Amino acid sequence: MAIFGLWVINKAGGLVYQRNFADGLAQLTSNEYLVLAGTLHGIHAITSRLSPIGGPSSGAQVIEGESFKMTILLTATGTKFVLLTSLAETSAEIVLQKVYEVYADAVMKNPFHTPEMPIRSEGFDVRIGTLIGDGRTG
Amino acid sequence: MAQQPHPRFSVMSTSSLSSADALSPATSTTRFSLPSVNTASTSTRHAGPRPNIFDRSLNKTRTTEVSTSAFAFLFSEVVQYTQKRVSGINDLERRLNTLGYRIGTRVLELMAWRAESGSKAPKREIRFLPALMSIHTQVWKAVFGKPADAIEKSVSNEDEYMIIDNEPAIERYISVPRDMSQLSCSSFTAGIVEAVLDGLGFPARVTAHNTPVQGHPARTTILIKLEKSVLEREEVFKT
Repeated sequence: MAIFGLWVINKAGGLVYQRNFADGLAQLTSNEYLVLAGTLHGIHAITSRLSPIGGPSSGAQVIEGESFKMTILLTATGTKFVLLTSLAETSAEIVLQKVYEVYADAVMKNPFHTPEMPIRSEGFDVRIGTLIGDGRTG
Repeated sequence: MAQQPHPRFSVMSTSSLSSADALSPATSTTRFSLPSVNTASTSTRHAGPRPNIFDRSLNKTRTTEVSTSAFAFLFSEVVQYTQKRVSGINDLERRLNTLGYRIGTRVLELMAWRAESGSKAPKREIRFLPALMSIHTQVWKAVFGKPADAIEKSVSNEDEYMIIDNEPAIERYISVPRDMSQLSCSSFTAGIVEAVLDGLGFPARVTAHNTPVQGHPARTTILIKLEKSVLEREEVFKT
C-alpha cells in the first residue's frame, strides 16, 4: 500500500499545491499537473450533477484505475483535496481529513497566505511531511 | 411631553431604571451596568440570566479562556491588516509592538488586581529582577497559559536582558516567507512586555528576534534594553 501524491485544488479549479510521495506513478511536468487538476475539476462538476436521485450531490469521491486510486475530498468552501494512492490503500479518507485539518491550521491561519493562491507555507510542508512521510503505509 | 429614555443608558440612578422598565421590555434583568442596545429578543432567548462579560469575576481565569483557533484567525487578520499599511519589516514590527503595548497596559492592571486586590497592604515590584521574573511567569501565564522558557542576561551589555520562549503561542500557525525572514511576529509580545515594564517604572526598549535552535525552530528571544535611569536607580538600591 502506498500514497503516491497529494493535490489541493482551489474552488476555481487551479492547482495550488502538488506533492509526490512514494514512487509508482509517472513523473509529470508542473504544467501537466495543472492541466490534470483543471480537468478533474471539470469532471467533478459534471459528476456532481449526474446523481440518479434529485437534489445536490457531492460528486465523484473515488476514481479507480488499473494501477491507482484517486480519492477526492470536497470541502464546504469548494476546495478539493485529492489523494493518489495504490488500489489496496484503505486509509485515504482518514489521511484526507487530516490533511484538511493541517490545511486549516497551517495555511488558513497563516497571515502570509493569500486565499486561492498557491500554498507556499513552510509549516504546511513540514506537517504534511510528518503526516504522510515517504508515502509507504505498510 | 414624555421623554423616551435613550436605549443606551447606563444606570446610576434607580429612577431612570424604573421609568425605563415601564417602557422597554429589554430591562427585565435586574442589573444593567452595560449600555445595551439589544434587547428583548436576546433576553428572552436565553431562559436563565446569562451574566454579561462585565459582570464576570476578573479573578476566575479557568472559564474565560479563549479558543486558540479564534485567536489565531484574529491575529492573522491583525498581521494582514498591518502589513497592508506599512512599508518594510521594521515598520511592521513597530506597529505590532504598538498594538501589543495597548494590551500590556491592561494586562499589568489586571495582574495587579488579581494578585494584590485581596491584600491589606498591596505592593508592587520596585527592583528589576523580581519584576522580570514576574513577567516571565505571571504575565506569560496570564497571556499564554504557560510560563516562558528562560531568562538570560546579556554578557556584553549590562543593560540587556532576554526572555526566551521556545514555542511562542501567537506564532504557532505562522510561516514567515523567506524574503521576510527578519520579521518576528512576536514583536506583538515585545509590546506587551514593554508596556508592563513601563507601567512598573522600568522604561525600556523591547524587541523580538528569531533565534531558532535544534529542536525549536520557532524559538524567539524578547530582548529588553533598559534605559540608563533604571540602571542608575538599581545601583542606588544596592548601596
